[in-house]
Amino acid sequence: MSTAWTPAEQPDSFVFDSASEAEIAGVLSKYPEERKASAVMPLLYIAQRQMGRVTGSAWVPVVAMDVIAQRLGMAAMRVYEVASFYTMFNTRPIGRYHLQVCTTTPCWLRGSDDVVEACQKATGIQHFGETSADGLFTMTEVECLGACANAPILQVDDDFYEDMNAERTAKVIAELRAGRRPTPGPMIDRNVSAPEGGRKTLLSSSTADQE
Amino acid sequence: MVRVIVDGTPVDVPPGSSALQACEAAGKEIPRFCYHERLSVAGNCRMCLVEVARAPKPVASCGFPVADGMQIFTDTEVVRRARRAVMEFLLINHPLDCPICDQGGECDLQDQAYGYGSGVSRYKEDKRAVTDKDLGPLVKTVMTRCIQCTRCVRFSTEVAGTPELGLVSRGENAEITTYVEKALTSELSGNLIDVCPVGALTAKPSAFHARSWEYKKTDSIDVMDALGTNIQVQARGGEVMRIVPRVNDDVNEEWLSDKGRFSIDGLKRKRLDRPWVRVHGKISSVSWKDALIALARRFDGVPGDRIGAIAGDLCDAESLCAIKDLLQSLGSSNLDCRQDGAWYDTSARAGYLFNSDISGIDQADALLLVGTMPRHEAPVLNARIRKRFVDAGRGGFPIGMIGTPSADMTYDVTVLGNGPDVLADILSGKNAFAEVLQNAKNPMIIVGHSALTRRDAPAIYAACRELAHACGAVTPEWQGLNILHTAASRVGALDLGFLPGPQGCDAASMLRGGVEILWLLGADDVQLDRIPPETFVVYLGHHGDAAAQRADIILPGAAYTEKPGTYVNMAGRVQRAFRAVFAPGEAREDWRIIRAFSEVLGHTLPYDTLEQLRAHMAQVNPVFAMNGGSAQRLAGTTGGQAAPASGQAGELMPAPFRPVIQDYYQTNVISRASQTMAECSKVYGVAPAVAAE
Repeated sequence: MSTAWTPAEQPDSFVFDSASEAEIAGVLSKYPEERKASAVMPLLYIAQRQMGRVTGSAWVPVVAMDVIAQRLGMAAMRVYEVASFYTMFNTRPIGRYHLQVCTTTPCWLRGSDDVVEACQKATGIQHFGETSADGLFTMTEVECLGACANAPILQVDDDFYEDMNAERTAKVIAELRAGRRPTPGPMIDRNVSAPEGGRKTLLSSSTADQE
Repeated sequence: MVRVIVDGTPVDVPPGSSALQACEAAGKEIPRFCYHERLSVAGNCRMCLVEVARAPKPVASCGFPVADGMQIFTDTEVVRRARRAVMEFLLINHPLDCPICDQGGECDLQDQAYGYGSGVSRYKEDKRAVTDKDLGPLVKTVMTRCIQCTRCVRFSTEVAGTPELGLVSRGENAEITTYVEKALTSELSGNLIDVCPVGALTAKPSAFHARSWEYKKTDSIDVMDALGTNIQVQARGGEVMRIVPRVNDDVNEEWLSDKGRFSIDGLKRKRLDRPWVRVHGKISSVSWKDALIALARRFDGVPGDRIGAIAGDLCDAESLCAIKDLLQSLGSSNLDCRQDGAWYDTSARAGYLFNSDISGIDQADALLLVGTMPRHEAPVLNARIRKRFVDAGRGGFPIGMIGTPSADMTYDVTVLGNGPDVLADILSGKNAFAEVLQNAKNPMIIVGHSALTRRDAPAIYAACRELAHACGAVTPEWQGLNILHTAASRVGALDLGFLPGPQGCDAASMLRGGVEILWLLGADDVQLDRIPPETFVVYLGHHGDAAAQRADIILPGAAYTEKPGTYVNMAGRVQRAFRAVFAPGEAREDWRIIRAFSEVLGHTLPYDTLEQLRAHMAQVNPVFAMNGGSAQRLAGTTGGQAAPASGQAGELMPAPFRPVIQDYYQTNVISRASQTMAECSKVYGVAPAVAAE
């Protein structure tokens, strides 16, 4: 039951690349010098994205947390605490694509079990938290993503794929496998959270017409 | 003051107090786990819930500020039910292993479960288990017992200043860990065991050895450093099982250094338990009678000025007084308590004391450390400096240091330089720190033994004193010129005048053959290889360490837990220790041995009982008339003393300060005999020099 935070394989070193440095400069400019520790979460995210960019696996190794601690003048332990608290930070290597399936009640009622099953079938992953044998996919169970009107949700890395079912999930995964990213958003005929097939109310242009 | 009504009783508490403090002021007991008086408020255990009038639900009293006229109820049905519920939650994942838990019998969770719990649990599911962590050789972990109160996290972050512990992950997976497995690097890590309210953090060396109710508890004084930490020695069956700190806000608050706590296994190893005499180079064990007669025969015909004594760092004042009296009755003034060769200004008591008192650190607003590394020389005092540093806020307590830190200081220091020449710069205003001291209301200068054991110590001290007078560190209201001692016996010995007389030899010349008979009173840390073969060495001490190997006659004495003794801490506070156990074998209390020998020698000392000896000590120096209470510190005064010109005391030498403690865990005979300390020394090694932040 206990945690799995002790990551097995760690790189020996971590250095922010120039793209990350540019981002860091922007982040740090938002905080006074003596409060720069506030930038810990953006920096963790920058480090995670850099890992994704460079190695194909977006995670934060311990050395990166140490680098961040040093950069922000805070104890390394405080960075470990933050990174391990938030599920959005991956403290162990993941696949190239991070499939995050929401299984909280609204999504579950709308068939998130089918999405999970489809993910398993398409990637060969058995359980949440596992990475597929080809190293392309990691499937994680996440709590409410806040898009319940478009349930169920499959979040791939930073993008929401909404109104999912087994078939659409398989399709998204197939696209990803082919190296293409499908357009995120609703997978059915609707604009964001608007009703399927277009508007159902407020059809006329002015309220005077309705009277 | 704010008036609060607790269960109908009005109490006045200072504004900003918490509801919990108000309840305590009213004499109500509030159960708690995460709240600790000396740590920040976390408010995460929820055990201290009370009812407040007009509040919609029970509030956590530890973090709830009082308001005028607030009505608090600590014993209503709502409160009782809330406590029972919290207790049930806490016990959901807590193992039922009290019978095999070292905390059993002194466990907050156990006690409060009895006092406030419901007695039954509705939880039928699987309990969680947490992997144990390896925190080094001192602290044992059973993490499944942890209730995540985070006291240990807050202690290591706030008090110890080594933020290595944290609460990682969240929810059911939350656990206390160092994340990257490593041993805790604090010299105060033993206190984690005390702050832990459950059996998650316990003492590794004494695991499964005894139960808390089996101990015979004796108040004593720690001798591992010169702070005079108030301790309680807990013994079972004539064996010291454990040492825990006692609360004394003027000295150690409620902390104890790891060396003081964990070197107790050294009390059982390498002990001298019977007298030994060296005949024709071969050492053989003899009876007390034969030993004393042989010794008296050796003394026979030796002129008094050819006899000398050097006292070690762990001696009680009683034995120091007895040996001094004995030698003086023989006409000797070859006495020295400074086995490290330190120099002190002994013209007034204030010349060798930590004059502001330990609690004076709380009032200081600028600090200059001269040739001292408090973290290793007095870890609990270092925590006090850190407390002041943290309380003062950013930049509120500037700390300058002359010398190279041999470890992280646990607070920000500005390293001003490495040699005493910096003092001259500060005096002349060339160094920017002069201004910092000048602007401070209560500036403090701490002079350590890296400075005082040098040849130019008089010049360094004179420069420090001049600086202290110049920056207002010595005024009738504020005594900010402090000496940080490393030897527990030192101040007591200086108070007794255990120093060479006008014609007497000091330690160095005694060692180099200045005397024919050299009496080492627990003095092991001297350069024994300098002693010429013809010098007859008497060793009165408790451990078979270096000096016992050189000795021609060994008289087995008692260690600090085995004798009633008086110790004067570095602030001049006279404190009494009591006997917790008896010395092993034939070993006896040191002063009694000296008294017995004086009789054999025909120079019988004028005291037969401890009371008579103590009365005599009070005559030698009135400070000993006081009986160690917290309010009884006879402060030294420098008010009348004018600042001498620094030139008179000789020239400052440019050589850099060298740390006096190379290995914190191996500084005296007891810690060197301790396997626990040896293991710590192996794990932590000699601290590498770390550049200050």
